[in-house]
Amino acid sequence: MTVPHPDGVEALPSPDAPVADPPRAAPWHGQAPVVAVVAIGGGIGAAARYSASLLWPTGAGGFPWTTFWVNVVGCFVIGLLMVLITERRAAHRLVRPFFGTGVLGGFTTFSTYAVDSRRLMEEGHPGTALAYLAATLLAALAAVWLAVTAARLALPAGPTGTREKGKSSS
Amino acid sequence: MNWVLVIIGGMVGAPLRYLTDRAVESRHDMGFPWGTFTVNVAGSLVLGLLTGAVTAGAASSHLQLLLGTGLCGALTTYSTFSYETLRLAQSGARFHAVANAVASVTAGLGAVFAGVAAAQALWS
Repeated sequence: MTVPHPDGVEALPSPDAPVADPPRAAPWHGQAPVVAVVAIGGGIGAAARYSASLLWPTGAGGFPWTTFWVNVVGCFVIGLLMVLITERRAAHRLVRPFFGTGVLGGFTTFSTYAVDSRRLMEEGHPGTALAYLAATLLAALAAVWLAVTAARLALPAGPTGTREKGKSSS
Repeated sequence: MNWVLVIIGGMVGAPLRYLTDRAVESRHDMGFPWGTFTVNVAGSLVLGLLTGAVTAGAASSHLQLLLGTGLCGALTTYSTFSYETLRLAQSGARFHAVANAVASVTAGLGAVFAGVAAAQALWS
């Protein structure tokens, strides 16, 4: 299963894409500072998600609005971040691992989304479960698309703002 | 205490996702986000196991905060998942974008059911 690689592919490197290092090295080679900032960011993101769950608890059998908004907001912010640091500004190499992989990756969650969907089915709310599954997916994709589109319009392309700089500017 | 457990779990889960993503992507250079798919399905399986264990009375609420809210929450990600799906769609790989979204949600949900069933078989 191969994906065509048009020129546009390099424009949007994954937030979790590896920071450049020599080819054929072990996956963790030279990664200590990156792993450290990912860990710190992950702790911050998880704590922020936990505080949201304490501030806005979801009732049993109800639509899990807190996790829904945590995921949608996280998707919006990652859209802004990725355009800013891969298409507009040459960011420090630890910015993407810290904010994208660490904070936002730790803040948003897929496992709680899946577990809450199953719980709603088990508790006799299959309609709410399906609505939650679909609404989160559609709202998350709409949020990241909206953020990427808005950031490209709002942030002027600087001297390094060519899309081809994506990988190297991280 | 609760906060410490969540933060420690998050500080383990996020780098575990990063290293898993690197390890998986170094083996599959195919443009499909297998790394994120792997951590999301694996994290859903573990959280399903934990949920079943808590229901059976075999896991404490502290363990749920450490492994569930902290570790599994940070190991899995919705932001990278949706960003990579958008990236596939905008690079012309529309079929892969749809396949990634449908397969991730289906496999994640299936992993939760499998994890809960395994926990019930183990502890009840």
